Amino acid sequence: MAEKFEKQKEEWERSTVEPLLGRHPERRSEFVTGSDKPVDRLYLPDGYSEAEYLEKLGFPGQYPYTRGVQPTMYRGRLWTMRQYAGFGTAEESNKRYRYLLEQGQTGLSVAFDLPTQIGYDSDDPQAEGEVGKVGVAIDTLQDVEILFDSIPLDKISTSMTINAPAAILLAMYIAVAEKQGVGKEKLRGTIQNDILKEYVARGTYIFPPEPSMRLITDVFAYCSREVPLWNTISISGYHIREAGSDAAQEIAFTLANGIEYVRAAVAAGLDVDDFAGRLSFFFNAHNDLLEEVAKFRAARRIWARIMKERFQAAKPKSMMLRFHTQTGGSTLTAQQPDNNIVRVAIQALSAVLGGTQSLHTNSREEALALPAEESVRLSLRTQQILAFESGVTSTVDPLAGSFYLEALTDRIELEVWQYIDRIEALGGMIPSILKGYVQKQIQESAFRTQKDIEKGERIVVGLNKFQTEERKPQNLLRVNPAVRNLQVEKLSRVRASRNASRVEKTLKQLREGAKQRDVNLLPLILEAVKEYATLGEICRILREQFGEHRETIVL
Amino acid sequence: MAAKKTRILIAKPGLDGHDRGAKFIARALRDEGYEVIYTGIRQTPEAIVHTAIQEDVDFVGLSLLSGAHNELFPRVVDLLAENGAEDIVVFGGGIIPEEDIPSLKGKGVAAIFGPGTTTKQIVEFLESARESS
Amino acid sequence: MDLVTEVRRGNPRAIARTISLIEDLEPEAEGLVDDLYPYTGRARILGITGSPGAGKSSLVDRLITLERRRGRKVAVIAVDPSSPFSGGAILGDRLRMQTHATDAGVFIRSMASRGYLGGTAAATGDVIRVLDAAGYQSIFIETIGVGQTEIKIVELSDIVLLVLMPGAGDEIQAMKAGIMEIGDIFIINKKDLPGADKLLAEVQYVLGFKSSNAGAGPDDVSNPVLMTCAGGAARAVGEDGIEQLEVAIDNYAETIESSGKLAEKRHFRLERELLGILNRKVHQLMDVHIEVSKQLPEWTDRLYRRDARPYALVNAQISNFMKERAGD
Repeated sequence: MAEKFEKQKEEWERSTVEPLLGRHPERRSEFVTGSDKPVDRLYLPDGYSEAEYLEKLGFPGQYPYTRGVQPTMYRGRLWTMRQYAGFGTAEESNKRYRYLLEQGQTGLSVAFDLPTQIGYDSDDPQAEGEVGKVGVAIDTLQDVEILFDSIPLDKISTSMTINAPAAILLAMYIAVAEKQGVGKEKLRGTIQNDILKEYVARGTYIFPPEPSMRLITDVFAYCSREVPLWNTISISGYHIREAGSDAAQEIAFTLANGIEYVRAAVAAGLDVDDFAGRLSFFFNAHNDLLEEVAKFRAARRIWARIMKERFQAAKPKSMMLRFHTQTGGSTLTAQQPDNNIVRVAIQALSAVLGGTQSLHTNSREEALALPAEESVRLSLRTQQILAFESGVTSTVDPLAGSFYLEALTDRIELEVWQYIDRIEALGGMIPSILKGYVQKQIQESAFRTQKDIEKGERIVVGLNKFQTEERKPQNLLRVNPAVRNLQVEKLSRVRASRNASRVEKTLKQLREGAKQRDVNLLPLILEAVKEYATLGEICRILREQFGEHRETIVL
Repeated sequence: MAAKKTRILIAKPGLDGHDRGAKFIARALRDEGYEVIYTGIRQTPEAIVHTAIQEDVDFVGLSLLSGAHNELFPRVVDLLAENGAEDIVVFGGGIIPEEDIPSLKGKGVAAIFGPGTTTKQIVEFLESARESS
Repeated sequence: MDLVTEVRRGNPRAIARTISLIEDLEPEAEGLVDDLYPYTGRARILGITGSPGAGKSSLVDRLITLERRRGRKVAVIAVDPSSPFSGGAILGDRLRMQTHATDAGVFIRSMASRGYLGGTAAATGDVIRVLDAAGYQSIFIETIGVGQTEIKIVELSDIVLLVLMPGAGDEIQAMKAGIMEIGDIFIINKKDLPGADKLLAEVQYVLGFKSSNAGAGPDDVSNPVLMTCAGGAARAVGEDGIEQLEVAIDNYAETIESSGKLAEKRHFRLERELLGILNRKVHQLMDVHIEVSKQLPEWTDRLYRRDARPYALVNAQISNFMKERAGD
């Protein structure tokens, strides 16, 4: 590597650097990336031969896709601007969605409240205090009808951040579309449906791994036939990063989860090329700009190789890592919230330079509350300014060839493979999770980061340096506490007006189907939601059959 | 090693699954010499209180980021009192709007620690609370 | 609150407070333990140990469910090591048993090993008494069996359950010989993992050795070995091996009771405990009168410099001590 310049570099260090260091030492004895990895003073040309260039970088839209999954990238089509939103009742969320679409957002992203994510109705005792707080409360098909009122499901794509009960929400979406006269073959969107990361980073699991994987592969199979334009999973690293992992771990654990899903689907009898093209990913855009760009590129290269070599995928689409990005929420501070606007802009830039397919930018008051209208508009404007004013969209993979960037990309790739090999040695992702290996890595990294912040070694502007007298935050969004009562009322009205015996029948069929491994549960769930069976009722049946997962703690 | 230790229960009430902060605090407090009982996510207020009593903790630290603090924190305080354990000091952390803090304190939560809180700040609180008890 | 009465009534707060007094080595603790002593001796005490990650807590969790179904009150003492650096501890074992958190018939207490005078086993033994007097019929003591301390703790039990899991390396060889000796019932957990059968063969081999070495006679109980699958996915009844384990425990308990082995064990335990208390008390007395702890560095120094001789030094101190006591 760079032997050409080795001599000249030494000469430069001797004659130019050392003398300066004598008078003016560097600010730190060691410089590290956001993930605590060493950064050299200078990077030199790697001296890639033509063959090496083609093997490692290649051309955008061609294996190994390091430089991008489409040949024209943003010259052809900008990333989808997709702001995650949802709170309170379906009515309120619907209003926010229509506002965002008016303001130029190009796709919807639905946030659900915790009871919905964990399969409880709004009147369940477990839902106490939680209804409508972190997302919209959905109990029955009626709520989803309201959620998408006046929103044409054939014209927009919708991403739903739902995991354990993803199949149920998908069924409800299909049912609403049907009522709008839109056939399921036209529906575009994504369900997150990524249970493995729930066990290690997000916590909204319901069932244990085995039956959860069954539900997921049922969705793959059903959609490959009936809803071909739908992204059946969004394999996520965002939350793993938020839980405290570093950049390489974020990619490694996400791709390892991906391997597990592909394996499960193949084991269930699906052909890899029938579903792999509809797998999508979801990553974090963190603080260290260049490390993040390198991370995204490494991820594409690694996944392409995995799909080609490990799973013998033949179709190009099966090997392309397409991803959504969200700027890192945990990097934002409650202190001097305006600083967050700047952070988000830099993070969003890294996602764009990294070739993301869609992007959510956080709002300034992220550390305090859900965003108010003006704040979320500003985060949307951040994306629009990047898209239309910054010039970075005029060419594909603009930073390629930067000596530092390529060195970073290679280094991250190496680390990721090491993690993946370790996980394989442990028997795959599920044993690794049950043994606590993944959780331990994440926690160690999280602990170190926090300690570094407390020691002042890692600077967070406004928090441990450049503090000011804090002003009381104004105009924060508050979720109407009456949401729960509104939902409970709605629920009792739906229960009163539906056909109880038909509901009973569909639930019974679902119970029977759940007992048999080779029955696809999607059609049965669809029948149940159409009769206005509640989310909680459906999940209760599944809980009975599948059991509940219990946390593996490693502290 | 002195035999007497301060025991703290770190608990996550409700459905919120974000445990990065709780896990950090548990570990950091252990490193400061406390005995920390950590019971994981999805604890009901009843489970938290029963645990606090059985473990005879001096403090209960509640971590919550889902916005359900106004309902769940006072519930823990009340249940402790109902079970004759009002001497156990309850504090909270997570995403809690500043304007909710006075009412939570009024209902018996001794302190609320927001984002950016350091281990040092929490230890200072624990030490002074212990002295005054 | 009159702690003794309240403990006997099963008041959780009283039980917990009494345990704390024992843990904190408070002077009242001795009197309380004595007052509760007549009401002890009814509980079945089960020690459960094994390497970290073997699934002890999950097993206990399942056993608690079965015990509760039979209407028995259950207590668990989960012992974890204190940090040698800070003296603090993270006590996370009860997490896997939290479904029982609101069951009034279950009492779970996490104990850190601290730096007890007399060892953690002494404190744990007294805590067991409190729970016994409070009416808990099965008391589990859970600890990681990697050191002498843990072996001593586990020796407090009537029946020792040793939990192993496949794939944990050359486990049997690595384990201190003491553990294999004192184990009564051997459990291979996570039986679905590769290597389970190999481990089973290893355990049976070692047990065969043990019984032939001990010159197994007709009233020696053989050690049951079971395969279980606690923790992880819910399984159909009977598939996870827990019911079978419960039966094995019952049978074993019955056998050692009727053969007198249990009484022998308990006698032996009490003997050791008495000696332990005696030693501690004498040590405490000596500390008061001849300030052993304070003087120790100086005495050591003198010995090191060959300025004194070991037995003469100690005998002289004991003489002083006797004179002091006589003078009281």
